[in-house]
Amino acid sequence: MSERYETHEHDVLVIGAGGAGLRAAIEASASGVSVGLVCKSLLGKAHTVMAEGGVAAALAHMDPQDGWQTHFMDTMKGGSFLNHWRMAQLHAQEAPDRVRELEQWGALFDRTPDGRILQRAFGGHTWKRLAHVGDRTGLEMIRTLQDKGVHSGLDVYMECTVTRLLKDGDRIAGALAYWRESGRFVVFRAKAVVIATGGIGKSYRVTSNSWEYTGDGQALAYDAGAELIDMEFVQFHPTGMVWPPGVMGLLVTEGVRGEGGILRNSKGERFMWKYLPDARRHEYAENDAEARQWVEDTVAGRASQARRPPELSTRDNVSRAIYTEVKESRGTPHGGAYLDISYLPAERVKRKLPSMYHQFMELADVDITKTPMEVGPTTHYMMGGLRVDPDTGAATVPGLFAAGEAAAGMHGANRLGGNSLSDLLVFGRRAGAGAAAHARKLSSMPPVNDAEIEADTRALLAPFERSSGESPYEVHRALQDCMDRLVGIFRVQADLEAAVETLEALRRRAAAVRVEGTRMFNPGWHLARDLSNMICVSEAIARSAALRKESRGAHSRLDFPGQDPALAQVNFRVTRSASGMRVEPTPLPQMPAELRSLFDAKPAPAKQEAAR
Amino acid sequence: MSAGASGNGGSGSAREALVRVFRGDASGGQDVEYRVPIEPGMVVLDAIHWIQAHRAPDLAVRWNCKAAKCGSCSAEVNGKPSLMCKTRMDHFAAGEAVSVRPMKTFPLVKDLVTDVSWNFEVNKRIAPFKPRPGAEWKWQQSDIDRVQEFRKCIECFLCQDVCHVLRAHELKHKFAGPRFFVRIAALEMHPIDGEDRTKFLKETAGLGLCNITKCCTEVCPEDIHITDNAIIPLKERVVDQHYDFLRLIWNKLRGKSD
Repeated sequence: MSERYETHEHDVLVIGAGGAGLRAAIEASASGVSVGLVCKSLLGKAHTVMAEGGVAAALAHMDPQDGWQTHFMDTMKGGSFLNHWRMAQLHAQEAPDRVRELEQWGALFDRTPDGRILQRAFGGHTWKRLAHVGDRTGLEMIRTLQDKGVHSGLDVYMECTVTRLLKDGDRIAGALAYWRESGRFVVFRAKAVVIATGGIGKSYRVTSNSWEYTGDGQALAYDAGAELIDMEFVQFHPTGMVWPPGVMGLLVTEGVRGEGGILRNSKGERFMWKYLPDARRHEYAENDAEARQWVEDTVAGRASQARRPPELSTRDNVSRAIYTEVKESRGTPHGGAYLDISYLPAERVKRKLPSMYHQFMELADVDITKTPMEVGPTTHYMMGGLRVDPDTGAATVPGLFAAGEAAAGMHGANRLGGNSLSDLLVFGRRAGAGAAAHARKLSSMPPVNDAEIEADTRALLAPFERSSGESPYEVHRALQDCMDRLVGIFRVQADLEAAVETLEALRRRAAAVRVEGTRMFNPGWHLARDLSNMICVSEAIARSAALRKESRGAHSRLDFPGQDPALAQVNFRVTRSASGMRVEPTPLPQMPAELRSLFDAKPAPAKQEAAR
Repeated sequence: MSAGASGNGGSGSAREALVRVFRGDASGGQDVEYRVPIEPGMVVLDAIHWIQAHRAPDLAVRWNCKAAKCGSCSAEVNGKPSLMCKTRMDHFAAGEAVSVRPMKTFPLVKDLVTDVSWNFEVNKRIAPFKPRPGAEWKWQQSDIDRVQEFRKCIECFLCQDVCHVLRAHELKHKFAGPRFFVRIAALEMHPIDGEDRTKFLKETAGLGLCNITKCCTEVCPEDIHITDNAIIPLKERVVDQHYDFLRLIWNKLRGKSD
């Protein structure tokens, strides 16, 4: 067909315009290289906009005892020590500067009485650590970065979907994409590419993620020969809406619990008490009275002697707790748990959680200042992704970089709330700098292979040619059903193996779908391409989960409820081979002694959490 | 024209809604009727997704968060500029046809998708945040409540769509529209911003063309008081800055650039 396609050249091409992509693009651009930023949606609509609760940084404005060491330790404990220690360290050390930098670029965080950035409590964080703007922190962040970005001289390509990373031998040479509006192809030539495409939630039906979250970056990188790690670790956020059906999975911010929200079952029991891991029970309030004292001190904006309420346990733990309560017939009418903030003054709730108030009022006819919410677990965040060098964001393919949710290592087996927004800033900046430095070292633009482009465009258009075939929407439903049913919160070997088989069948079905209509803004066609990414990452999740025969962090095995010390020493690595997807253990990077000693100095050493 | 099929897949007892969706592109188009089964709590965007999945896989629509946080799914529902993700189907009377059409103020791309790129071009021309040299990075919550109201804007562009200066008079070349008055107000009222955008407001953004009919405020899904809190204070600022010589001198002394 030999269609003429437009070509653009940039030193650095950033794919994805959420927090990580924007921050990477700003950094690369500031260093003087030419930068292109490609995104599937309009600028400012990326998933970062939905982040609610806050950005974690040890600014120590509320709790002067806080510091990067504690943030580092909380992050490692939250990740069950499968994190790359260096990423957790850099993140904890640099997050405060990145937050202050946002403020210098115009962001306006909520304030303390003495005029500094206010911080709120979140699950797994020892101290009040999350800088926030009510419950719309992500919007503040993306708008700040967007406005900084448009004045940074970068070229933005909106509503443009990348379908392949182009290579010159082993190294990256650019990317092939199509304009969503016209369906026409576009080639980006680049010396370095930063993957900042976010997560994978759309492989599941119950998810807090938007249509964009189809694992593009992970799948594109896998196809290009990069290593993925930790793909078994999918975070199920404990509090998604469970009713009405159209909003099932929609996020209810952890900020509700940070502000004092109490979880109860249908018998009125505050069940989180019994799910606290023994090793960390001492970090939480002893009883309702102490938890209430903590809330009152928090509302008053003063440091509290009381310990945190049990609802502020880590997300993996709270998700399993709610799931178990529902399964043991103590769920709400719509199959969730009650989350109650109505005991606080209505004005306080509306002021600190305005979008939650409106979300429940408008979509569920529930006034959260008067009635408890019904909530349940929802697929939320991918801890796994591209294996990267912590300092530069370099992936294992020369010229390829990654940051944010698409990259792995920072969060280990489970991410703490608030650590993703700071992750985007810290590692977005580092990947942007890393990519720019790489690009500057190349004297000329790597060539792209026209035959490869031609073959790919032909394959992309094939669904239009078929006279019969399923709708891509049907295959998508089947995929989501498979992942919800077989690779959900609690996993067993037989299910995981069945999932791998089902995914193989789905791959064949996806390769035979028929697309109706023209190439102009055709969501059916877009989905047909996205399906193959979703199936690729789903296979990586299922295969990795089948190999991790233990329960750790967000990965819970009913058939292996305990932890295996040998598996504490490995990440599972996913690579492409001639015979298909290969998953194998790779040694965990070892933490240096001086960081390890931080844990020894604590009264409660980093015991592994008891498996439940 | 009816493409809604009969009996919708055998679930004849379910309640159905009649949804009339504009289908077409710049070369022309028409409303097409679809019968959509109704679930409790369903919103217009759910109906559009049902149509995509079961009747018209190529139906073009923008959406992202489905939670009124991203401002992507703007359309005109029964003539009213609305976010489809926030507009409940049970707000319409049983048997009432629901019309869903693209925003009128922007050039049509296809079906419910319009070309909103003009907005991004306007934004680029607004002078960015510029902190006053030496300012202390401390302020009270009460100092920023108003600016935080403006920063709730999700850029759905419904205010732009409804504004008669843009919609009826098509003055995009000389009028920035309510969204960007909100944006400029947020910058101008930032406690330590030192830039002065009043000249831009007057001469480029066409603030004077707004005759404060408040249509923008009425459609704002974030309940931003666009007219009262952003546009009117900006109009006062323009008047003050450009006609009050003493104030100009005073501002120079305070370090605000002209």
